[in-house]
Amino acid sequence: MPRVNYAAPSSVDEAVKALAGASGLAKVLAGGTDLLVQLRSGRIKPDLIVDTKRIPGMIGIRDEGNFFVIGAATPGVMLSSHAGLEHAWPGIVEGADLIGSTQIQGRASLAGNLCNASPAADSVPAVIAARTIVVIAGANGRREAPAEAICTGPGRTSLATGEFIVEFKIPKPKAHQCDAYLRFIPRTEMDIAVVGCGTNVTLDANGVCTDARVVLGAVAPTTVIVEDAAKALIGHKLDDATLAALDKAAQAACKPITDKRGTIEYRTKVAGVLARRTAAIAFERAAAR
Amino acid sequence: MSKHHVTTTINGEPAEYLCEAQQTMLDVLRDELGLTGSKEGCSSGDCGACTIICDGNIVCSCLMLGVEAEGRDITTIEGIARGDELHPVQQKFLEHAALQCGFCTPGLIVAAKALLDTTLNPTEEEARYWLAGNLCRCTGYDKILRAVMDAASVMRAEAGR
Repeated sequence: MPRVNYAAPSSVDEAVKALAGASGLAKVLAGGTDLLVQLRSGRIKPDLIVDTKRIPGMIGIRDEGNFFVIGAATPGVMLSSHAGLEHAWPGIVEGADLIGSTQIQGRASLAGNLCNASPAADSVPAVIAARTIVVIAGANGRREAPAEAICTGPGRTSLATGEFIVEFKIPKPKAHQCDAYLRFIPRTEMDIAVVGCGTNVTLDANGVCTDARVVLGAVAPTTVIVEDAAKALIGHKLDDATLAALDKAAQAACKPITDKRGTIEYRTKVAGVLARRTAAIAFERAAAR
Repeated sequence: MSKHHVTTTINGEPAEYLCEAQQTMLDVLRDELGLTGSKEGCSSGDCGACTIICDGNIVCSCLMLGVEAEGRDITTIEGIARGDELHPVQQKFLEHAALQCGFCTPGLIVAAKALLDTTLNPTEEEARYWLAGNLCRCTGYDKILRAVMDAASVMRAEAGR
């Protein structure tokens, strides 16, 4: 691999300074499962790599009142072994757990998946569906943004030069609120989503939906929050008419490409199917709590 | 660009080395430390031939930088045997002939050992998913799964369960 400088700062401020002081391109290293592949292929030629894993709080899950606060470099294996998070948001954990192999789970992080900015990122739809806030550090201090504001296109983010994600603030579920994530791949493991769908619903005591977010992956240049799908659910129980309206709304939101994983027509149809299936799972989970 | 001095633990022993930032952990193991059991298959995290254990989790050493090992606890295929005695996973790979060309074998043994560190009672399905990141183009996986499940039964007997 081409030569590069490396820094492993022990505080957010040091990391900000290191990123600001880089002479050329500086890249943030969390789990490295995308970064090292891009380095080796020559797709990126950074002057500096800033490893954020030595910064306290960058790895780990904290319970802070109304939020789970997840360090940006926390590997997947820590998400799936955290009983509290798994119980609260099984869909978020399902999505993160679908990324790569056991080996990849030992390193890959939510921030890496979000900032790699693939429209097919498996952890992103359910994270957005839960109305997650990301905390960003940079030369001008800290700021917060909704998770859906980060990815602006394939491989592109809204982070300014020198900014990096410090943590994810995921609101805890309200009464009768839960989520689900499904992706479709033509095999059972180790593949990239043809379509992914994260659905988050809140029900009243009678099982009528009072709030919802339906987020599709791999059907457009970024993940898509399908407002009309949420509208199809809110005010309704999950009967056949609601499911049909949901399916139609999900399909209407798709602007996919045709590639080796699926055609435009196929992806569009599967998006409707996954919207229905994730809604069924999320409703069942929400009603049970 | 000066080399980085790294102090770490490899296979239970303190280790020190100098490496450049762009060297992967796999490069360091093979080229600096002479630990050539870990194999370079794909260099993109797909094949698992370079699997090592880092602080209890299996990772692809091709997707980790050598400098990142500072202060970590690393186990490679060279550290799996129990002194002069093979680990049950290694013994069962031999008995079941769970290899042909052998290139994937170190990674599979490290990954299988880590599975059995987590649970001595994996179902075959759990073992298959756990090992999905280790590609073998020779065996068709059947003998590998038999070896892993048999090693689990040996280790359950050792543990008195």
